[in-house]
Amino acid sequence: MADTGILIVGVGGQGTLLSSRILGEVALYSGFDVKVSEVHGMAQRGGSVVTHVRFGKRVYSPLVGIGQADFILAFEKLEALRWAGYLKKGGMIIANARQIPPIPVTLGLQKYPEDIDGILSGAATTHMVDASKIASDCGSPRSVNMVLLGVLASRLDFEKELWLKVIRETVPQNTVEINTEAFSRGYEFLQG
Amino acid sequence: MKKLLLGNEAVALGAYEAGVKVASAYPGTPSTEITESISKYDGIYTEWAPNEKVALEVALGASIAGARAMACMKHVGLNVAADPLFTSSYTGINGGLVIVVADDPGMHSSQNEQDSRFYGRAAHIPVLEPSDSQEAKDFTKLAFEISEAFDTPVMLRMTTRVSHSRSLVEPGERMDCGLKSYEKDADKYVMMPAMARARRAILVEREKKLQEYSENADLNKIEYNDRSIGIIAAGGAYNYAKEAAPGASFFKLGLVWPLPQELIKNFAVSVERLFVVEELETFIEDYIKTLGVEVFGKEYFPKIGELSYEMVARGLKAAGVKHEILNLAFENSIEVKASSIPSRPPALCPGCPHRGVYHVLKKLNLTVTGDIGCYTLGALPPLSSMDTCICMGASIGNAHGMEKARGEDASVKTVAVIGDSTFIHSGITGLIDVVYNNGAATVIILDNSTTGMTGHQEHPATGFNIKGEPANRINLEKLCEVVGVRRVRVEDPFDLEKFERAVREEISSREPSVIIARRPCALLKRNRSKNPPYYVNTDTCIACGTCLEMGCPAITNTDVVSIDESMCAGCGLCAAVCPTESIARGDMHG
Repeated sequence: MADTGILIVGVGGQGTLLSSRILGEVALYSGFDVKVSEVHGMAQRGGSVVTHVRFGKRVYSPLVGIGQADFILAFEKLEALRWAGYLKKGGMIIANARQIPPIPVTLGLQKYPEDIDGILSGAATTHMVDASKIASDCGSPRSVNMVLLGVLASRLDFEKELWLKVIRETVPQNTVEINTEAFSRGYEFLQG
Repeated sequence: MKKLLLGNEAVALGAYEAGVKVASAYPGTPSTEITESISKYDGIYTEWAPNEKVALEVALGASIAGARAMACMKHVGLNVAADPLFTSSYTGINGGLVIVVADDPGMHSSQNEQDSRFYGRAAHIPVLEPSDSQEAKDFTKLAFEISEAFDTPVMLRMTTRVSHSRSLVEPGERMDCGLKSYEKDADKYVMMPAMARARRAILVEREKKLQEYSENADLNKIEYNDRSIGIIAAGGAYNYAKEAAPGASFFKLGLVWPLPQELIKNFAVSVERLFVVEELETFIEDYIKTLGVEVFGKEYFPKIGELSYEMVARGLKAAGVKHEILNLAFENSIEVKASSIPSRPPALCPGCPHRGVYHVLKKLNLTVTGDIGCYTLGALPPLSSMDTCICMGASIGNAHGMEKARGEDASVKTVAVIGDSTFIHSGITGLIDVVYNNGAATVIILDNSTTGMTGHQEHPATGFNIKGEPANRINLEKLCEVVGVRRVRVEDPFDLEKFERAVREEISSREPSVIIARRPCALLKRNRSKNPPYYVNTDTCIACGTCLEMGCPAITNTDVVSIDESMCAGCGLCAAVCPTESIARGDMHG
């Protein structure tokens, strides 16, 4: 696999950090140099958050720069749009179909853009995933992050077994079953 | 086996391996995880101190007593600790002393963007700057060696992207360096004028030796490549520069103070054009200019905020650097045709106790001097209930100053709001000033029983220590009373009517008063209660927007007003303000 950059974007509190840690560990197990840049502090309080994951032979910057993202994994649609410009030509967007209106939109001060699907599809290969519904079907609405990680995993050249091993090592013991199920459902999403 | 560690975790591991015995800190993004991680190792006494000044004094005391010791803080925390910092440079150390300071370029979670390297220069202590987690660990260990070899405190300067990025680290063994013997030495440790003058001379000599060290230190590395440009960089900025100009020659600095004059001059003549890539101020660039060396820097790269590879690449391109040695990947990004993208600022969480306070303050249209914490988010719409936010503890002094400038008319329309942890950090002295100087300020202590914004750290008023063990608890009510405030009351910020009455009474009183708005943070695990979520009855809802004015992320207004069940914490504030009683608790659903 060539040097790879992935942006995981969403709303603070959605579980983006856990996904990026699992992805980072999988790349580490596979022998790559890895950097994962996280957001802590103020931005976690419901604001727009972005985690950068890069792996390859030798990674310097921990940030996926403009034109360096092979994938954008978005936990919320508007956040996919916000970060789309970082995608390199030929890159892929995987986005949760869910909309979470930011407070300025709720207050009527700004407008949630219409037709985000169309804008993104016109710019790059885009897969909209109803991850919230899939997660609920698996018995845990909070496992949205695993569903989306599963979709991403199906487009990367790591063995599925390795992903499952890292998930088992990372998530709380009593949630392993739900999380691996949610991951597998995501993994199959694009194969179908 | 290598581990994927945060830069902050790697500093903690370095401290552990270096045989550190005492670590003290006050939480502050992006530095907090250093001390949290240290507390998990056996054999290190770790504590949350009330503030950074105390933390550094504790670490210095441990060092004088013969232990390797560490104090950790964010950049603005170093302002608080600046007093012991400058004089610790005079006393020097006994056991190694390292001060870790995390700067926040881009102000992800800070009120300013100051550059701590200047403190190192001003205090005449060496400053090390790692660029990734492996270096964070290695430089931490090296910092203790330098500290003991040169009898000086050493600063380890981190930045957000080094602190909060994970990269590979090879763990090692803990070294047992024991305790050095402690001998009374007033000439070295009692800094009164006669002794301090002698130490001042020693300090100047020490800096010369450190200067020589910097000329030979392994942590400053030259990497020759294409010699049409040479780039000098350190820390996170080195990563961006390396990525932006993979083909250039580099001089990577690990020691950013003192700087190696001779190496810099030699590097400058070995390349055609010399650039400095650094975040924030022109610290290295200015120094190089004083050497009479021609150098380019901030005329091509932004002085404000964080750098990125594309900013550096764009700058070098604009400077006429040949494209073959640059990475111009940013020219190959997709084009997105979106007209406008709404912002998504952070907000007070669903169930946040501060929301009740701000609702009342806004209703009463008060001037609110604010402070540093989650509750600063009350400054944003729709609550918009804060007039000032300067630094830790400033709210009380600010309110007192407003009163002294504008008199009683202003005083009855002004309150100070400050968190429980912030009040302990540096609000107490402000309150003493109000009492002592006959002020009449009303102070609201937002007591959510934790240090919230930095991720729930204990503090002296929570009753627990950094390891979560029971600890002596400072009683905020008694503390305010003993300082001389006669009007101290505890109120529940979710009881809106009673809370409003309390505020009205206290602002109109002609003496200092403290309202402790007490309710635990909604995210605090040990206090989390499971209230059923609320729902909106759309048949009676008139979409007046009153509930939206609470600024709760769980309430949305797409087509109809509704509450997201998965986000609602069940606090009931929205129901309390609803004029048509259209919001009710889920379990009371007809």
